[in-house]
Amino acid sequence: MKLLTGNDLASGDVTWWTGSGWSRHIEEAVDVGAEGEAIARAEEGARRVNVPYVIDATATADGPRPAHIKDRIRALGPTVRPDLTLKPADPQAGHWVI
Amino acid sequence: MYRYDQYDQAIVDARVDEFRDQVRRRLAGQLTEDQFKPLRLMNGLYLQLHAYMLRVAIPYGTLDSRQLRTLAGIAREFDRGYGHFTTRQNLQFNWIKLEDTPTILERLAKVEMHAIQTSGNCIRNISSDQFAGAAADEVTDPRPWAELLRQWSTFHPEFSYLPRKFKIAVIAANEDRAAMRLHDIGIQLVEQDGAVGARIYAGGGMGRTPMIAPLIRDFVPVDDLMSYLEAALRVYNRYGRRDNIYKARIKILVHEIGADEYRRQVEEEFVAVKQLGIDPPRAELERIQAMFAAPAFSADAPEAIDRSDPDFAVWLDQNVAAHKQPGHAIVTISLKSIGGIPGDASADQMDLVADLAERYSFDELRVTHAQNLVLPHVRKADLPAIWTRLREAGLAEANLDLVTDIIACPGLDYCSLANARSIPLAQKLAVRLAPRQHDLGELKVKISGCINACGHHHAGHIGILGVDKKGVENYQLSFGGSGAEDVSLGKITGPGFDEDGVVDAVDRATCTYVELRQAGERFLDTYRRVGMQPFKEAIYG
Ligand code: SF4
Repeated sequence: MKLLTGNDLASGDVTWWTGSGWSRHIEEAVDVGAEGEAIARAEEGARRVNVPYVIDATATADGPRPAHIKDRIRALGPTVRPDLTLKPADPQAGHWVI
Repeated sequence: MYRYDQYDQAIVDARVDEFRDQVRRRLAGQLTEDQFKPLRLMNGLYLQLHAYMLRVAIPYGTLDSRQLRTLAGIAREFDRGYGHFTTRQNLQFNWIKLEDTPTILERLAKVEMHAIQTSGNCIRNISSDQFAGAAADEVTDPRPWAELLRQWSTFHPEFSYLPRKFKIAVIAANEDRAAMRLHDIGIQLVEQDGAVGARIYAGGGMGRTPMIAPLIRDFVPVDDLMSYLEAALRVYNRYGRRDNIYKARIKILVHEIGADEYRRQVEEEFVAVKQLGIDPPRAELERIQAMFAAPAFSADAPEAIDRSDPDFAVWLDQNVAAHKQPGHAIVTISLKSIGGIPGDASADQMDLVADLAERYSFDELRVTHAQNLVLPHVRKADLPAIWTRLREAGLAEANLDLVTDIIACPGLDYCSLANARSIPLAQKLAVRLAPRQHDLGELKVKISGCINACGHHHAGHIGILGVDKKGVENYQLSFGGSGAEDVSLGKITGPGFDEDGVVDAVDRATCTYVELRQAGERFLDTYRRVGMQPFKEAIYG
């Protein structure tokens, strides 16, 4: 599957395209198929996202998993500071990344 | 310490206003990201993996308590309670919001700080010896010279768009604590016939093509220094490769045309530049030097130190260095707790260090290129009190220059350019090797998450470079580098490793060193004597 991701312009937060807007949580990301570039252009033009790009991912029971480790780290947060990730209470979260 | 004059303050304040307006226009859609990116980068604002990152310049690594408290306050209020000290003696905040940046810059400007020229193809923050003004072996305090260079290079119109970024280091001792010859220009202040002048090296650097800077001029008199540097930069600006980002640094130019030809061109240019009269009057250096005058050391500070606490004694032997003033010492505060994140300091830790600097070190502190902090001027009698407070804050690791005092760049945990993570590797290595660290002695491990080499891996006695092997983190190991006065570039051992594999390999290499070492030899010395082969056999079996 293909996901569309970028950063929020004002806050810099990592965001994922949900089909109708942007979420910080990759679980809410949808497969953009071949539409990614077009959505990216429109959304960036409207300043709802900054520097968007399309990535490869696989669908898993826990939600989409980006193919590249860089985007898995973006999705969760730094592996060395679990307290600063999106799932600070989940000790298993890091395993998903690596 | 240097204090801003009205010009310094005016240009920094004006830049804050200018950037506030640029941010406003970006958020309002009047600037695209393509238009805005070079503007934010010129103000040290990057977009990294998780957020914007702000890199704050710490000129020649010198701070006072007021400045460090301001950094702590920014960490608390606008970031997530910590900052990361870098190998450029700067500080990075990892979780900055674009909309907050103008306010942060305004706070910095109030304490004579900024983030200008911490990115972009310009002359970056000037780095220096963290023991400047305190070291017994220096010919003069290099910081007034570094400050002069800061003023010359700030907003220098001709050098705002160089072919590539440009890094300068200034030292004034034979012991090189600043990796001087691995800079685009390295300056060593030396004495000749009773006068201090500059020995100039040019064309060093790390990154994709590491080079040790060759000597370009043995002695540039103080009254010619700006003209000479102007000439050196001009030749680079004119002939540096703008067509290929990988060949754009001055090291490639100097290497390709040769040091002799580069020198010839610089000398020729220097004759022309000298006519322009850009060298400041001697009084200007003296004005700056007056601001770096030695603090009022007490002449009768006692030498004796109570070593009865064994933990304190270990710290004393490892992290405290000789000071030029009797009864005083230089303290290095390790930001390398075992299993911690190299170079990270919490806001509370920054506040504590600021308190210690104010109370015990004439309100001065330093950042080292090895990502530690320094209290440069403390009375020996105060060392036990300082150590006690550091220990309470988790800052009394006695590991300066030992195998756990690892330089690690942010790597793939934060950096958008990274191929692999650096920090977890540093943590695993430190935990594994901590029990043997004092036996292993000086052993500098340096880790970079990509070929840009922010973690100085080429200069590590043991260097580690993260690479991307088909989407999987892989690590290349090298031995034999040094960023000190015995400068050398590390040599790759062979095929790379996964994370655990490289930890095992380093472990085995240290065992080989212990087997082969002769009395007084560091890891680096043994490696240089016996060569790669025995280490290779130990690592690859
Ligand atoms: S060496 Fe590479 S990964 Fe590390 S901080 Fe520099 S650019 Fe980022």
